Amino acid sequence: MSALAILNGRVVAGGRVAPGGVLVRDGHIAAIGTFAVPDGAERIDARGALVAPGLVDVGAFAIDAPACAAGGITRAVLMPDQSPPLDNVALVQRAAAAGKPDVWVHPLAAATRGLEGHELAEIGLMARGGACGVATGRGWIADSGVMHRLLAYAGALGLRTVSHPEDGGLAGPAAMTDGETATRLGLPSAPAEAEALAVARDLLLVEATGAPIHFRQVTTARALGLVREAKRRGLPVSCGIAPSHLFLSDIAVTGFRTFARLSPPLRGEADRQACLAAVADGTVDLLCSAHDPQGPEAKRMPFILAEPGMVGAETLLALALGLVRDGLVDLPRLWDLLAAAPARLFGLPAGTLDAGAEADLVLVDEHAPWRISSDRLRAASGNTPFDGLPVQGRAVRLWKGGKPIVLNLG
Amino acid sequence: MPSAPALSDAHPFPHRHLLGIAGLLPHEILFLLDEAEQWVALNRETAKHDERLRGLTLINAFFENSTRTLLSFEIAGKRLGADVVNMGVAQSSVNKGETLIDTAMTLNAMHADAIVIRHDASGAVQLIADKVDCPVLNAGDGRHEHPTQALLDALTIRRRLGQIAGLTVAICGDVLHSRVARSNILCLGTLGATVRVVGPPTLLPPEVERLGVTRFTDMDEGIRGADVVMALRLQRERMAGGFVPSPREYHALYGLTPERLARTAPDALVMHPGPMNRGVEISSSIADDLQRSAITEQVEMGVAVRMACLDVLTRGARRVGNW
Repeated sequence: MSALAILNGRVVAGGRVAPGGVLVRDGHIAAIGTFAVPDGAERIDARGALVAPGLVDVGAFAIDAPACAAGGITRAVLMPDQSPPLDNVALVQRAAAAGKPDVWVHPLAAATRGLEGHELAEIGLMARGGACGVATGRGWIADSGVMHRLLAYAGALGLRTVSHPEDGGLAGPAAMTDGETATRLGLPSAPAEAEALAVARDLLLVEATGAPIHFRQVTTARALGLVREAKRRGLPVSCGIAPSHLFLSDIAVTGFRTFARLSPPLRGEADRQACLAAVADGTVDLLCSAHDPQGPEAKRMPFILAEPGMVGAETLLALALGLVRDGLVDLPRLWDLLAAAPARLFGLPAGTLDAGAEADLVLVDEHAPWRISSDRLRAASGNTPFDGLPVQGRAVRLWKGGKPIVLNLG
Repeated sequence: MPSAPALSDAHPFPHRHLLGIAGLLPHEILFLLDEAEQWVALNRETAKHDERLRGLTLINAFFENSTRTLLSFEIAGKRLGADVVNMGVAQSSVNKGETLIDTAMTLNAMHADAIVIRHDASGAVQLIADKVDCPVLNAGDGRHEHPTQALLDALTIRRRLGQIAGLTVAICGDVLHSRVARSNILCLGTLGATVRVVGPPTLLPPEVERLGVTRFTDMDEGIRGADVVMALRLQRERMAGGFVPSPREYHALYGLTPERLARTAPDALVMHPGPMNRGVEISSSIADDLQRSAITEQVEMGVAVRMACLDVLTRGARRVGNW
């Protein structure tokens, strides 16, 4: 029987932050707050740092254990956009095992074969093999009939469908959102309504089928309004957003910065403000890293030829803490956005410090200053749109199931 | 890497490359136009030669097909005495990714003294410019910028109408896909002209008003009272229903016809960057009207402007005066 006692911390649990510690026995939470430390227990002095559940990252595109560890992420819900796509049970099982022991990967099953948007993949078998949901992948499913059948089928299996809401016809080959920056740079762009259009259709199908949906990222005022309204009517809808769309607008692309080429693309300032408001009022359910490493061969290109995507696993926590400093959310709510809600929505045994829960723990120095630097990240590549940004807060210790994870902080 | 020589505040053109009109100040643009005047004069001589770029290697790297711009840069370089090499790159073989950077490194290793680049992707020229040690001139990148075209247009207007400030210029047609339009909006606006963009709503860029222009979707309204009417080329593949229903309808609604031209200021100047689709964006009778059309003059000014740009941008390397 092994025991670990983290003492002198500030514990984020049960909707509040309270001084105290966490006692771990055999990889599970035994007690929080104040407790008698058993003989022989390993003692950790938290020195006033936050003790909180490890982050659960929904919708990462790559298994990047060093980046996850550095970012305090203990579980990642993996997009099916792998090579090859996760459209059969063997691939799902392999992906589920790929990150252990450092980060536990919960794959999303490809909704359609080859993620092509036409025929349903073997969703039921993949769910038995460990998939925690299904996903349309990087693209949307254009055929409304397919989307309707997918939602009905996945819903009956108790699976949440992760959708990429972007009307393909309206978006076309666009690399940006319509606006002054796109026009100045001469880059093909699409109206921001491409997102709301897709959200509206999917919500109608959710209403028709009763099946739960999660929009991987919702980034525009109009689409967030639709989600807000759907929640008010009690539809089983949730949505996420990455820090990129909370802290950057499309002017970040100026100078053809391919690190700022994202999917969905960065939006105008009014939409960015709407995103912040939607985090504050609870329309947004979770914060995600959108972790998507793209090396120089994919990014050192003319903008329209560069791949979209950014690395975000190790910057998620620091950027999210900025929301607390800005007064948008408090720490307990932040951990709901970063850990509890993601676990709840995808049925993962994580995100809380309830007695008996797996001891996925992160120790956070919420004030530690550091600078995001593209060439010093632990991620598989350095494509962050936040290169050079000074931030505060980082994970200092991490445990997965009570076992320490090496952070390798530089 | 050697740093650029310290330049005083009074330097007439403190830029290493010419990647676009964006970022140029009015006096810098006017400086290039003034410099071009001497080459207009030389080009009209029988012996059109100057030796100031002797020994320098100019590479024209065109990743997109071009006839007139390539020819214009080639003539400009040769008239200044440079060794000019043209590199035409088929779109299929080299237009993507690392290959573009590799090509830039290759050109750099050949010790070019100036590189002129055209590419079909916006921003591609800047990407190459960041990797090479010599001045880079943008000969058109995607739908972003085509600065020498804007300079030659400004020179043409100035020579015909005396000045640019105070004029009303209507840029008509496919503004959305046009780098010529973007550079001209910036250049003419910077020099004090009132700029309008006129075209079908499907071919006008989003929030184009933010560039300081007025937007018109009615051709007759858009050119009313204009001093200069600039027609843009409409690519054939965009006439077939994608952006406008047909060439015939486009001509009826947006073609520059003699009847329409009656609405402009008297003796308004007609311009076109070429190559023209006669009978689509412009009627032949207008294109060929030497009084009103400045189209061939634009081509002539192109060589002079490009000579000026090549001269000015290589002065640092040639250690001219305090450059």
